[in-house]
Amino acid sequence: MSKKFDKQNYKNTVKSYQPKPNLFLNCVKAFIIGGLICVVGQALTDFYIGVFGYSEKDAASPTAATLILISSLLTGFGVYDKLAQFAGAGSAVPITGFANAITSAALEHKSEGLVLGVGGNMFKLAGSVIVYGTVSAYLVGIIRYLIMQ
Amino acid sequence: MGKLGKQTWIFENQVYINETATVAGPMEAQGPLSETFDITFDDLHCHEDNWEKAERKILQQSIQTCIQKARLQTDQIDLMLSGDLLNQNVTSNYAARTLSIPILNMFGACSTSMETLAVASALVDAGFVNNAIAATSSHNATAERQFRYPTEYGGQKPATATTTITGGGSALVSQKPSTIRVEAATIGKVMDYQMGDPFDMGSAMVPAAYDTIKTHLADMGRSPDDYDLIVTGDLSSIGSPILKDMMKEDGINIDDVHNDCGLMIYNSDQPVFAGGSGTACSAVVTYGHIVSELRKGRLNRVLIAATGSLHSPTMIQQKETMPSIAHGVVLTREELS
Amino acid sequence: MDYLWAFLVGGGICVIGQILLDVAKLTPAHVLSSFVVTGAVLDGFSLYDKLIKFAGAGATVPITSFGHSLLHGAMKQAEDHGFIGVAIGIFQLTSAGIASAILFGFLVAVFFKPKG
Repeated sequence: MSKKFDKQNYKNTVKSYQPKPNLFLNCVKAFIIGGLICVVGQALTDFYIGVFGYSEKDAASPTAATLILISSLLTGFGVYDKLAQFAGAGSAVPITGFANAITSAALEHKSEGLVLGVGGNMFKLAGSVIVYGTVSAYLVGIIRYLIMQ
Repeated sequence: MGKLGKQTWIFENQVYINETATVAGPMEAQGPLSETFDITFDDLHCHEDNWEKAERKILQQSIQTCIQKARLQTDQIDLMLSGDLLNQNVTSNYAARTLSIPILNMFGACSTSMETLAVASALVDAGFVNNAIAATSSHNATAERQFRYPTEYGGQKPATATTTITGGGSALVSQKPSTIRVEAATIGKVMDYQMGDPFDMGSAMVPAAYDTIKTHLADMGRSPDDYDLIVTGDLSSIGSPILKDMMKEDGINIDDVHNDCGLMIYNSDQPVFAGGSGTACSAVVTYGHIVSELRKGRLNRVLIAATGSLHSPTMIQQKETMPSIAHGVVLTREELS
Repeated sequence: MDYLWAFLVGGGICVIGQILLDVAKLTPAHVLSSFVVTGAVLDGFSLYDKLIKFAGAGATVPITSFGHSLLHGAMKQAEDHGFIGVAIGIFQLTSAGIASAILFGFLVAVFFKPKG
């Protein structure tokens, strides 16, 4: 007779012991923090348009660069990971999450030297985003170009 | 002395733990067992340049303190058995080059503490060495950067995750009588029940703890009542109830005597998710708190089943599951005449 | 009003990410990689620009925008240079983001120490 904790049943049986993440609460936290980061982005964009006279399109670059600088600094101060435990996707999905991935990897591997440690490990976590973004943009770009011909 | 049953070693030549020493990091120093640590650090870097050096300092200080407490010199130690979580056991090996003690490297992940204690006891019992030190260490940051993510990375951990403790524990074993006797050890088998989430090691390691404890009791012809405490290394708040129910399904009830080192080392209000883990978890709790309770006579016979998860990040990326192992050692209180 | 839509759309995209993390149990790398691909695909159907017009930073700040920018730059250069334009333009719009991330990441690594 097969028992609850036998090898074939174990994985299923164990599910009831594993606390489910509070999905609703996590989504609320992600929504609020993610939304706030985007609001900061909007404020930065308006600032660059208003004060420096950038066009809407051109303001995107300094906005991104500023958000990235803030995120890198918060990572260096050891604050970003605490925020991320609270916000989950709310801090990972915005461009700030990308900057944190690069900065945290670079910072962590400082002990292996500036070239092999910092330089060699910087893209450990963010690399897949760049790779998949580039590959998909290539494919979609080629397809769209062919269709337009 | 010798083999008993399937997997158990009985030490009849009277093997004793003469001294122990424990070192712990900042979070552990804020936990309920802070008084039982010989040395604590309030800086996670232990005033060193990098994480690996910090862990090495912890292990070295643990071993040196143990030797000092036993009123011996380093060159009077015949053998050191040591292991840690880092690739190539670098903490143990680089500490050993400073200590200049002959060394046997062991790796059992978080079961290393009892693995080293068991083998140290066997070698002492058989007379191959007069004394031996069993030691192990772990460090939160070195484990995070090797097994998971850079320490400042913003990855959200689930409630089932455990926190690798920062600490080091060592025990000096010899045939010289003391209050703490090493009665027996049960060597575990690798068990794999197809669990594959490295953020829930507790439930992955339960089958190993179950198998080793069950085999131990059968080999010794005992029941849980024969023990004041059966403690697992780091099954955490997730694995502990699973173990108790899994053993009950086999008619063995450990409810009254079970505890888990990972649950004992931190307060419930510390941000540690499901509890502590790591090679040093079972070591610092056993060599600090449990040894102290045995000495005071509050415990008389304890089975420590240290549990280890034997995966690596590469294995997880290759979609492999997580095999686990548990080694058990029995410590008893002896009245010295 | 701009700010309200930025908040709602940006927050909404993050909620989709959270669901993928908690329910589908994907790793952050998997979630972000799929988001960036989605951004590129949506721009392929000329949909992402509409979202940006509507939500402003709510669409430009999430990583999906990275995928959009990669494709957008590529298509712009393809108009003038044909096939090879895809390769010429792909990093044009994202250059500031990638360059800043590398520079600031490097500087922080040089001047800070990880805290654990």
